[in-house]
Amino acid sequence: MQGSPRGEAPRSNKRLGESRRGHPIERVTTVVIGAGHAGLAASRLLAERSIDHIVLERGEIANSWRRERWDSLRLLTPNWQTRLPGYKYEGPDPDGYMTMGEVIAFLSHFAALSAAPVRPSTNVTSVTRVDGGYHVATSTGDIRCRSFVIASGACNLPSVPSIRSAIPTTVEQFTPFEYRNPDLLPEAGVLVVGASATGIQLAAEIHRSGRPVTLSVGEHVRLPRTYRGRDVLWWMDASGVWNQRLEEIDDLARARRLPSPQLVGTPDRTTLDLNALAAMGIDLVGRLAGVRDGRALFSGGLRNLFSLADLKMERLLDTFDEWARAGARDTGISEPERFEPTRVPPTSRLQLDLRSGEIRSIVWATGFRPDYRWLHVPVVDEKGHLRHAGGVVDSPGMYALGLPVLRRRKSSFIHGVEDDARELIDHLYGFLRGC
Amino acid sequence: MAMTTANNGVNVQALLDAREVLKGAPEAAKFTWRASCKWRNGTHSKTDVSGFFGLGQEQKHKTETSFEADHPEIFASEDNGITPIEYVLVGLASCLTAGVAAVAQNRGVQLRSVESQLEGKMDIRGILGVDSDVRNGYDDIKVTFKIDADASKKEIEAIVAQSQKRSAVYDVITNPVNVTVEVV
Repeated sequence: MQGSPRGEAPRSNKRLGESRRGHPIERVTTVVIGAGHAGLAASRLLAERSIDHIVLERGEIANSWRRERWDSLRLLTPNWQTRLPGYKYEGPDPDGYMTMGEVIAFLSHFAALSAAPVRPSTNVTSVTRVDGGYHVATSTGDIRCRSFVIASGACNLPSVPSIRSAIPTTVEQFTPFEYRNPDLLPEAGVLVVGASATGIQLAAEIHRSGRPVTLSVGEHVRLPRTYRGRDVLWWMDASGVWNQRLEEIDDLARARRLPSPQLVGTPDRTTLDLNALAAMGIDLVGRLAGVRDGRALFSGGLRNLFSLADLKMERLLDTFDEWARAGARDTGISEPERFEPTRVPPTSRLQLDLRSGEIRSIVWATGFRPDYRWLHVPVVDEKGHLRHAGGVVDSPGMYALGLPVLRRRKSSFIHGVEDDARELIDHLYGFLRGC
Repeated sequence: MAMTTANNGVNVQALLDAREVLKGAPEAAKFTWRASCKWRNGTHSKTDVSGFFGLGQEQKHKTETSFEADHPEIFASEDNGITPIEYVLVGLASCLTAGVAAVAQNRGVQLRSVESQLEGKMDIRGILGVDSDVRNGYDDIKVTFKIDADASKKEIEAIVAQSQKRSAVYDVITNPVNVTVEVV
């Protein structure tokens, strides 16, 4: 290979310093993608380390909270738990749950206090590996950086099963990104598919709007809103369950794809489990297993899904009780309680004729997945997940934050990002020093 | 997971090893199970099972097994074997039982006895064409386990639940599957 002596760029390479459009390439040590809670936390800690960086944001700060959430949504975590590095809720209602407007204000205020170098309306179109780091192509210009933090979230795209294409065209289909409130739906029966936090919340509010709801239930995580008089997420936090690290978790792959717990944040702290939904008159059916000749076919395995979720909840409550007993922390906490098993309906429908007009819309509450189509570095596996060890991505200087069970059980929650971010930004700092 | 001295005769380590190996070799995980059936007379048939395909090649059971199936005398048949729909219960019972043993082993739980009773409820007006609103097959299946093991009732319930979660026969009964029947 012909070349010039080391360190002396050949003439033809002069243009490397310019992007295709002739604009100069901007250089920065670290690029963070995403100005949500994870990206802003990373920015705060990068600033503490005096690492020059920018935060690229496709829209505005807290963009997905602004544009990809339904109207009534509130955080699942109580206000006292909603905290970021050096910043926490200090309002009058520590036990309440933030509305989307409050979350947006919370994150915007944090960004302002941290003077986060956020660049809004900047869409990252491509990230490639180059000598000495990464080339980041964006809608507003090209950037070179030595290290890169992916904080673009775990819920960029709704996951909808492929059977959606077999649904008769007379039935309207909605993902949680399109759904805002029940008024958007036809005034007829609604099939909600999925019984995670999203599915149960939407099922309840749609049913209350007078549209009869059939809820298709797959594997789910049952939790009471409060346990022994405290928020169940207080228990998760205090007992240390939420702090469990990767090496303490038996089946990490499973823990990472666990559906969100059946919780809702409401001022009266109600439990919204399947018994509550059934009592409202919502029709519980098994997992949507297929669509044949215009008929939705539901699994007959509902009873076992109930058992699995009930047993798992009881084991978790046992863990809480043991923790409380062991440390004599019981004082001031009410007695252990146990909840009624999930009631199995006397009959559950195995089929639903989607052409009969009974159901006019389907809401797919079947989860979300991240979108890495812009990431042209071979770190995404065949299932579309990042290859990383506790957020250290399998490419030098690349990191991820805010993904489920990234380093701890709490990783994907707002308050969960701080511990992860501190460790990863430490790692990043070490990486830069070693460069 | 607690590794104890429980021995239910299941080589869980081999299963866990296979799980790891197949993560990187999805093709080897593709199995085809086979059965060959011959009509005898009336409603009586004999089905032989010996070979299957898996781990990338043809495999053979140690011995070929034959299954006689017929209808009972109250259906004006000769009752040369159990009815085909009863074979479904045989499959479900043996699948869940194998699962209980494997899950218990994996959880370090020693089993002393595992017994189950199965009941499949069916309205025969379906197969006789009396009422088109009545389905042909079972409309309700109940499995009752009686398990004696070194574990609490909750732990045993969790083992049985996990066994259902990982059961091939339970899955194929509770969920639809594409069936192609051809004449050659």
